[in-house]
Amino acid sequence: MQHQTAAIECVGLGHTYSPGTPFAKAALSNITLNVGAGEFVGLIGHTGSGKSTLIQHFNALLQPTEGTIRIHGADIHADKATLRATRQNVGLVFQYPEHQLFEVSVYKDVSFGPENMGLGRDEVDARVRKALALVGIGADSFEKSPFELSGGQKRRVAIAGVLAMQPSVLILDEPTAGLDPRGRTTILSTIKNMHDELGITVVLVSHSMEDIAKYVSKIIVMHSGTIFKQGTREEVFADAKALENIGLDAPVVSRLFQELRAKGLDIPGTPFTTHEATQLLHQFLKN
Amino acid sequence: MPRIAIGQYYPANSPIHSLDPRFKLVCSFTFIIMLFFITSAPGYVVAACFIAVSIKVSTVPLSFILRSLRAIFILLLFTVALNMFFMPGGDLVFRLGFISVYTEGLSRAAMMGSRLILLIFSSSLLTLTTSPIDLTGAIEFVLTPLKKLRVPAAEIAMMMTIALRFIPTLVEEMDKIMKAQKARGADFETGGIVKKARSLIPLLIPLFISAFRRADELAMAMEARCYRPDAPRTRMKIMRLTQRDFAALGIAAAFFGLILATRYF
Repeated sequence: MQHQTAAIECVGLGHTYSPGTPFAKAALSNITLNVGAGEFVGLIGHTGSGKSTLIQHFNALLQPTEGTIRIHGADIHADKATLRATRQNVGLVFQYPEHQLFEVSVYKDVSFGPENMGLGRDEVDARVRKALALVGIGADSFEKSPFELSGGQKRRVAIAGVLAMQPSVLILDEPTAGLDPRGRTTILSTIKNMHDELGITVVLVSHSMEDIAKYVSKIIVMHSGTIFKQGTREEVFADAKALENIGLDAPVVSRLFQELRAKGLDIPGTPFTTHEATQLLHQFLKN
Repeated sequence: MPRIAIGQYYPANSPIHSLDPRFKLVCSFTFIIMLFFITSAPGYVVAACFIAVSIKVSTVPLSFILRSLRAIFILLLFTVALNMFFMPGGDLVFRLGFISVYTEGLSRAAMMGSRLILLIFSSSLLTLTTSPIDLTGAIEFVLTPLKKLRVPAAEIAMMMTIALRFIPTLVEEMDKIMKAQKARGADFETGGIVKKARSLIPLLIPLFISAFRRADELAMAMEARCYRPDAPRTRMKIMRLTQRDFAALGIAAAFFGLILATRYF
């Protein structure tokens, strides 16, 4: 899969806010990355590390001040038509997406995106139903006001609003922020299912290492506007100290195993999730 | 994030900026009243000198002051034109068809025009050199005597402070919602007036909801800290008149005395 055209490809991308004024501020510099089609990528970094600025480039909300960005091989700022196509191809779910709900009913809110695409009525209907089914909102809630729903439900409706545009790349900025553990699990497993079933590319922005470690196949670590490290979770979490220095932590269980080894316990492997840790511990204790 | 200017405060470090905001407020208010006492050209010259010196000392670029005229340009035009063309008296200057201009009209137009311009200059100098928060404090102080008449001075000041505090927050919020709706294919730029107005619905409804939510949270947080509007409170930044303020008071009083002198002597 990785050898096909990359879904997202940035070369030397940089972004400066208010260039040429006294307020100029470099938010991103020299970002070179590659997200293969169908990959599930995690983007982590501290607040202010440039994650949000970076993902807004992925669907052309921001234009790079340096370097290039290609989506499915096409330069997205070539002309107006590619720009429109990009916004549909790359679905961006912002942080606290429930704050963008505005329609009188759940159904209408989700149909906002596909209607803006100029699709026929039947096509819109089919897409709305499919998107709401994907996030687990039943037909009995279609006519409810989105403001009557619970926090977790609101968020799922908002995510459905982006899914209804049927993007081939889905970017989610902290989709679990402010949700309780059950809400988190529901959202994340929904995203995981979509990735597996629809074969779409997913970029998950999070600062929960546990979430990232559990779901993604590749991790990009951002620090003060540049890429600090990218690779598989083994590669990224191998050096817990380096992550700590930029204010991030490897998953708790990975750190536990590193500490155990530092204390002189000869335990092999590095787990990233609780499940993996219990298995490794089990094996170790058995021997 | 684009920076936004609140009000039109021009941050600088001039003697005018560092004057007590209460003094500046009272002073520009008095000056405006003075303007209506002036009946002769010398009076306007003195008043104009006062403003010119203040602008010079404030280090605010003249272009910023002139910008304030844009808001009243039409009004100014009307005032001058009406006085000029429809005020008979004195000698005839020239006649053009049914329009005749007399000397009386010309001098009246010049006076009214100068009065308006000086009025706008003095009030914009106040807002250019006083930060909104300071100005709010000054307004509260000036309103304090009205508390006896049950005017809620502290509440009015608190409302103004809160409103000012939340402007940048709401702008940021709007930026975020706008981007989110753009990501869903919303188009805010093209189309006629009706289409453009309609395209604001997905922006304004979430913005209003969030403003109400914030207001609710803020009210709750204030109540949790036992905020009572009528309770006596202290200030973190106490405004104190300094020698500089007294010096400025002296200068202003001298100018105002001169202005009055042009009328009565």
